[in-house]
Amino acid sequence: MTATFDKVADIIAETSEIDRETIKPESHTIDDLGIDSLDFLDIVFAIDKEFGIKIPLEKWTQDVNEGKVATEEYFVLQNLCAKIDELRAAKA
Amino acid sequence: MLLEYFQMIDRVETVDAERKTLRARSVVPSKSPVFEGHFPGMPLVPGVLLIETMAQASGFLVLAATDFAAMPFLMSVDGAKMRAFVEPDAVLDIEVVLEHDGSGFAVTKAKITSGGKKVCDAQLKLRTVPFSEVPLGDIVRKRAEELGLMDALATTGAATGNSRGNDA
Repeated sequence: MTATFDKVADIIAETSEIDRETIKPESHTIDDLGIDSLDFLDIVFAIDKEFGIKIPLEKWTQDVNEGKVATEEYFVLQNLCAKIDELRAAKA
Repeated sequence: MLLEYFQMIDRVETVDAERKTLRARSVVPSKSPVFEGHFPGMPLVPGVLLIETMAQASGFLVLAATDFAAMPFLMSVDGAKMRAFVEPDAVLDIEVVLEHDGSGFAVTKAKITSGGKKVCDAQLKLRTVPFSEVPLGDIVRKRAEELGLMDALATTGAATGNSRGNDA
């Protein structure tokens, strides 16, 4: 597990009142953890602040809605964390 | 203010050069049907309307900061504190800071003071929906004109231009 995952999992646990132990790298934020869109925006805000990035959530949502990308690409935690690391690297 | 029409902002006074802060002013009306029930014999502006006031000021700041690209809708209110009673004829100074401009949402910190005394404050989150999806662009622009937001933006733009000119 990466440091990014640990921080994201902590944020999710705190924001959504989900048991930290149930949050795994392979967890899907919507299907497995049941996070709704309002809580997810809170999580994105916390991630943006924590890592100094701007997650392109509108583009991701559009990609999923248009069928270009499967939800797993963005919303399974290990994939989400990889995207976060990419955004951090691009910013550096 | 016209409480019963949810017109909570009277005038946008300033938007800063980077468009990250907004100051507005409102005067609580002497009379309103709202005061008939809240409360009989002791008129007070309801706390939810003070939150609405902070939300509207936040919305205008988000509009200014994003060049009217999307409509802000109040999504969540965190840490709201109602610190003092607000009575008829009170002059309210509303200050908003854009804390975060996210993708599809924005976060502000807002506070209202009256006579230098803090009345209320909160952190507000607003979901932003492109005007291509909600038919409110013209209405919002017209309202922004009426409240002086466009004038405040023009003043800021001129000030910023002058500043850059001096630097050059």
